[in-house]
Amino acid sequence: MTQTVGKQSLQFDKAVHILSGSSVVGKKEGEGPLGAYFDVVDDGDDQMFGEETWEEAESALQKEAAQLAIVKAKLTKDDIRYIYAGDLLGQLIATSFGLSQLQLPMFGLYGACSTMGEALSLGAMTVCAGYAEHVLSLASSHFGSAEKQFRFPLGYANQRPLSATWTVTGSGAFVLGTKGGKARITGITTGKIVDYGIKDSMNMGASMSPAACDTIFQNFQDFQRQPEDYDKIFTGDLGYIGQEILIKLLKDKGYDISKQHSDCGIEIYDRQTQDTHSGGSGCGCSAVTLAAHILPKVERGEWKRVLFVPTGALHSTVSFNEGQAVPGIAHAVVIEHC
Amino acid sequence: MDVKEKKIKEYNEYVKKVTPTHNLPLNMLKAFLVGGAICTIGQWITNFGLAQGLTKEVAGGWTSLILIALSILLTGLNIYPSIAKFGGAGALVPITGFANSVAAPAIEFQKEGQIFGIGCKIFTISGPVILYGIFTSWLLGLGYYILMKVGVIL
Repeated sequence: MTQTVGKQSLQFDKAVHILSGSSVVGKKEGEGPLGAYFDVVDDGDDQMFGEETWEEAESALQKEAAQLAIVKAKLTKDDIRYIYAGDLLGQLIATSFGLSQLQLPMFGLYGACSTMGEALSLGAMTVCAGYAEHVLSLASSHFGSAEKQFRFPLGYANQRPLSATWTVTGSGAFVLGTKGGKARITGITTGKIVDYGIKDSMNMGASMSPAACDTIFQNFQDFQRQPEDYDKIFTGDLGYIGQEILIKLLKDKGYDISKQHSDCGIEIYDRQTQDTHSGGSGCGCSAVTLAAHILPKVERGEWKRVLFVPTGALHSTVSFNEGQAVPGIAHAVVIEHC
Repeated sequence: MDVKEKKIKEYNEYVKKVTPTHNLPLNMLKAFLVGGAICTIGQWITNFGLAQGLTKEVAGGWTSLILIALSILLTGLNIYPSIAKFGGAGALVPITGFANSVAAPAIEFQKEGQIFGIGCKIFTISGPVILYGIFTSWLLGLGYYILMKVGVIL
């Protein structure tokens, strides 16, 4: 039986259960407003997690988050049929080197900072289709490795613009399955690449907002829902500027989400004391906020239905230097209490 | 196409309107203070050198060397980025900023080895300054030489 609805969405016949979520973060995230809710906070000032390089440190984050999610789901690694995972680094090295020891069938994903939405969407499709009883979906980012790849060496002295965001050091992992847990994925809306010609890679909120708007609008259309049908709508890492733009763009299209909308990048840091400018970003931002903040509230039933929309800015230093704009993408996942 | 271009233009203008920027006069004041402080330290070193009987040129050489060494030390201790965060161009324009832009990649890419790490990447930020700095000097030298030959400059 077909499970497609509207143009870009799926409504699962049998909702896919989220058995567990885990979050492993660095010191700065641990000092933020969500600090008490993360599973593991590494107190090291160097953000190295006992490794030698930023990249190895990010791999260590993924490995720990993956193992923790499996343990929290009361499973062993052999119960996992597939892994969907990704990070921000070239050729997904954090994922490859982090998960190689698990020796499980894996699909590596790149969706920029929207990867957590992509991993959950594909994981849910796999479980719902009967291709796996349990799937592990995860994503990570690391401030040091991201700065090194996309911007400047950490020791380089410069002034970050106020529109810049701060890459979250963290990894979030989720075990999806056919039964168990107190939260489930009932549907997804897969985003298109949306390009509004923003060329400033230091204003990623502005480049991703149109994509978030497009996906959320499509979600309302496909499921014939109104903003009020969701207790919360969480975007991934639009930050303060992106949030303002998103609310305006959706208002122009006839939907007011100002009451429901929150952004993981806004929730994770305190901008007054943590000097993070427009907010947090990175795959890890939405992943750990889902695990530590959103999922527990859905599990407790405080929120009955949440729309989780990680957002990604699709650029590289090459595309940027060659004069391309920064297009955005956003994937929506409908998470409900059960 | 025109409709799309118009949409892009409108959106970019809207984004520009809602995106906050650093306060320019305040930033200029901070740059003046930090840049001025660095130059004052440089002048102290020069004066000290002159007082020890060094020639103006040698004292100037020592000044550059000491400022560069200080900047590299502060980069290694992760203090220089904080100075630049406050002082902006005041910390970037003096020779200390240039030293920082060489030291920072050296530290970051050390993990990738002496050749492909430090060797290839040490000038990733300062490379353009070095290349175009030398090239412009060459152009000016050429101009000077021609003017000398035609007798404009004696």
